[in-house]
Amino acid sequence: MQKQRLVVIGNGMAGARLLEEVLARRGKDRYEIVAFGDEPYGNYNRILLSSVLAGSHDPKDIFINPLSWYEENGIKLYAGNHIHTIDHTTQLVYASDGTVMPYDKLVIATGSSPYIPNMKNLYTEAGKLRHGVFAFRTMDDCDAMINHSDRVRKAVVIGGGLLGLEAARGLLNRGLEVHLVHVAKHLMNVQLDGAASKILRSSLVEMGVHLHLQKRAAAVLGDEQIEGLAFEDGSTLDCEMIVISTGIRPNIGLAQRAGIEVDRGIIVKDDLSCSVPAIYALGECTQHRGKTYGLVAPIWEQAQCLAERLTNDQAQTIYEGSRESTKLKVAGVELAVMGEKDEVDDDDEVVVYSEPVRGVYKKLVVREGRLVGAILLGDDAMTPRVRQLFDRGEALPENRAELLFPLSGESKTLDIADMPDDAQICNCNGVSKGKIVSAVKGGKRSLKMLCDATRAGTGCGSCMLQVKALLDFATGGQAVDDPSIHYYVPGVPLTKPELIKAIKEQNLRSVSAVFRVLAAGKEDVGSKAGLSSLLKTIWGKNYEDERDARFINDRVHANIQKDATFSVVPRIYGGVTSAQELRRIADVAEKYSVPMVKITGGQRIDLVGITKEKLPEVWKDLGIPSGHAYTKSFRTCKTCLGTEFCRYGVGDSTALGIKIEKRYQGIESPHKMKLGVSGCPRNCAEATIKDIGAVAIEGGKWEIYIGGAAGASVRKADVLCTVDTHEEVLLYTGRFMQYYREHAKYLERSYGLVERLGIERLRQILVEDTEGICEQLDHAIQAAVDAYVDPWQEAVIPVTSAQFENALQPVAKVVVS
Amino acid sequence: MSIMMTPGRVLYNLGPITRLPLGEGRSFLIGDTSVAIYRMRNNEVFATQASCTHRSGPLADGIVGDGKVVCPLHAFKFNLADGEPVGNTCAALKTYPVSISPTGDILLDLAE
Repeated sequence: MQKQRLVVIGNGMAGARLLEEVLARRGKDRYEIVAFGDEPYGNYNRILLSSVLAGSHDPKDIFINPLSWYEENGIKLYAGNHIHTIDHTTQLVYASDGTVMPYDKLVIATGSSPYIPNMKNLYTEAGKLRHGVFAFRTMDDCDAMINHSDRVRKAVVIGGGLLGLEAARGLLNRGLEVHLVHVAKHLMNVQLDGAASKILRSSLVEMGVHLHLQKRAAAVLGDEQIEGLAFEDGSTLDCEMIVISTGIRPNIGLAQRAGIEVDRGIIVKDDLSCSVPAIYALGECTQHRGKTYGLVAPIWEQAQCLAERLTNDQAQTIYEGSRESTKLKVAGVELAVMGEKDEVDDDDEVVVYSEPVRGVYKKLVVREGRLVGAILLGDDAMTPRVRQLFDRGEALPENRAELLFPLSGESKTLDIADMPDDAQICNCNGVSKGKIVSAVKGGKRSLKMLCDATRAGTGCGSCMLQVKALLDFATGGQAVDDPSIHYYVPGVPLTKPELIKAIKEQNLRSVSAVFRVLAAGKEDVGSKAGLSSLLKTIWGKNYEDERDARFINDRVHANIQKDATFSVVPRIYGGVTSAQELRRIADVAEKYSVPMVKITGGQRIDLVGITKEKLPEVWKDLGIPSGHAYTKSFRTCKTCLGTEFCRYGVGDSTALGIKIEKRYQGIESPHKMKLGVSGCPRNCAEATIKDIGAVAIEGGKWEIYIGGAAGASVRKADVLCTVDTHEEVLLYTGRFMQYYREHAKYLERSYGLVERLGIERLRQILVEDTEGICEQLDHAIQAAVDAYVDPWQEAVIPVTSAQFENALQPVAKVVVS
Repeated sequence: MSIMMTPGRVLYNLGPITRLPLGEGRSFLIGDTSVAIYRMRNNEVFATQASCTHRSGPLADGIVGDGKVVCPLHAFKFNLADGEPVGNTCAALKTYPVSISPTGDILLDLAE
């Protein structure tokens, strides 16, 4: 396919983020990408300019993507080059250096400019701000302010909004006497209510900022040098430096001149298209459904939506506006604000906690049981939870206090920022914090790219949360959300529920059919095994098995070892065997000179070091079915002695364990399932750390546990329910298994699912049947049980040619004549 | 890589392409040389050294697709056409010219 040219005007937060999102969606396959930026740099994090001013960040630390990043990703960047004209009839843009660039798709991300109020004596004759007067917007502004601040003592910041407060803190850090002038009665009056604003005011005064509220600046004093500021009320204030931070205005001039519809911003529709064809816009320059935005979160959402639209013709993604929430540090004080700051009608419920001495203020505005606004000042412990409830519009807990204060006993998470660089994060692949952080700085800014590049998190996966936390830390909370992490497998762009639906609707019964229909015919080697597992789960015995989609273990029904030999674990139901069976196993071990005979953790015997071509003979001689110790399926059910011999036993654990294992042997699942049954609460079979476990308790009852783990992660299982009979244990075991098979991601262990959904929710679904799916789950697992075939039967009739051959020989040597 | 059919060249006939199941690889031992042959789902064939350059994993046992093989031991990926590692820093695999004869046999060229 001939590549189209995508041109992006603007290389700030919005433009550069769009590029990242387009790349994450393989946009390079489709586009030649060209970007124009006014500033002569790569892309930097404008939000952190105030930290550069404050001296807490070095300018080089706030670059998100240096110039080299554009080169590495094949993006042609014209830095320091201004587009002055767009001609949408000929699809050309004109740059200040004379470049004329045709486009197929054009994106306008011109951002905004500082709004400068009318004041006397503000400009030079050339129409520039006078020496000593600054608007705080760009890296160059920031540099000039730092230089100037070294030579003066006293500065005035005009504007008590977020950026004004940040500028005040920055200058304070540089040792200046700082005065802040604000027209309204309250600081940050757009985001905060009166009470919060008052607490913030105290914090600022305590820091040493001089406040002048309800004052309007009228004129700059001084001729050669800046000498002060005059107010409308006639009063004056001496100073040698003035910073103006009174809001922003969308940059719409370029679009307006091109005949694109504008109002306060460039008008965009829900697909972020403008009023003329092939042109899109995003970020602070736009106006969507009557709203303009000045925060980053909406920009990220717009960038995702637009990238989806640009890279996928079938995309129906629309941008529906953002719920505005932001988390920031205002002059060193933690602050999170979202939605509405005050109640609107009488039925609105307001929950407030105020502790002025500590500078803490928390307010929730609740409407119909859902959060419509919140202010959290001076304490950010609960911010993530509150923000999640706000973003998702979820129902709030009855006890609203749970949202204001951490529950006692909740452990404090280890602060990843404090760890040394050489701390090992990924213990499987030996990846340090320093290596991960430097990969992020090198441009690996989505979780998937980061893991692919460093291999962190690609072993057992238990460090994933820490890797994600490091990504958030190293990007300043601005990681790129790679859509593929939500896909069931990387090569088919669908989540598991979407994928299952598509497979069923279109009756896709083989892995190659899925690639053909759902991935535009493109095979993906990393997706085959996951699809194979899912198709088997969906279609059972009507699945069209393609052996090439299976991992080697599932082609030869044994576990591959480091020397390319295999291990053989025959099934020993419930860990109960006999002298006869043991003798047969011993005979096989001798006959084939098995290098190691090992008792496994699952109460079975492992014959290790068998070559591939010997596998069929070994199975035939054993005469025992496969123990499935090599695959993502039900593995084993560990038991204790139980009532038959143990003097403490209160339930027949061995009999139950054998029943479970006979019924569910070989049931394939997203990851392995290890089970256990204990005959009394002493729990010798360790059933409470199994994927599914049962523990006999006094009174003839059984507690059923789900979601336990004792591997890379350790988790105590949750009690699903307590039942009276073996049959009920079998029923709920199967029901949960089927739910796990249908809902877990590929390679997600049962505890992941249980933690993700919560035991209460699972209890509702699987015990109370609130979704009305229990009968269907029971039916589906029965079908899977009925479809079971012992794979070791393939010893007699191999399924593929040379299935168990170690090495084939050529048939002839030929000489070309 | 296809084979240059220059006169005098020594080739190995590995038998009909159906000796390999669709979409899978198999190891061949030719004298002292182990070679992994892969048959893609579109019937394209590739040949590389049989063991991976990381820990000598048996590459013919790997999953193949889209011109790549994933080693069964540690999931490192390699390009079959040129042997180059994909997303890892292992050394490249040695590759061999291989093609299908008009009669459907796999022909392998081991010469340097």
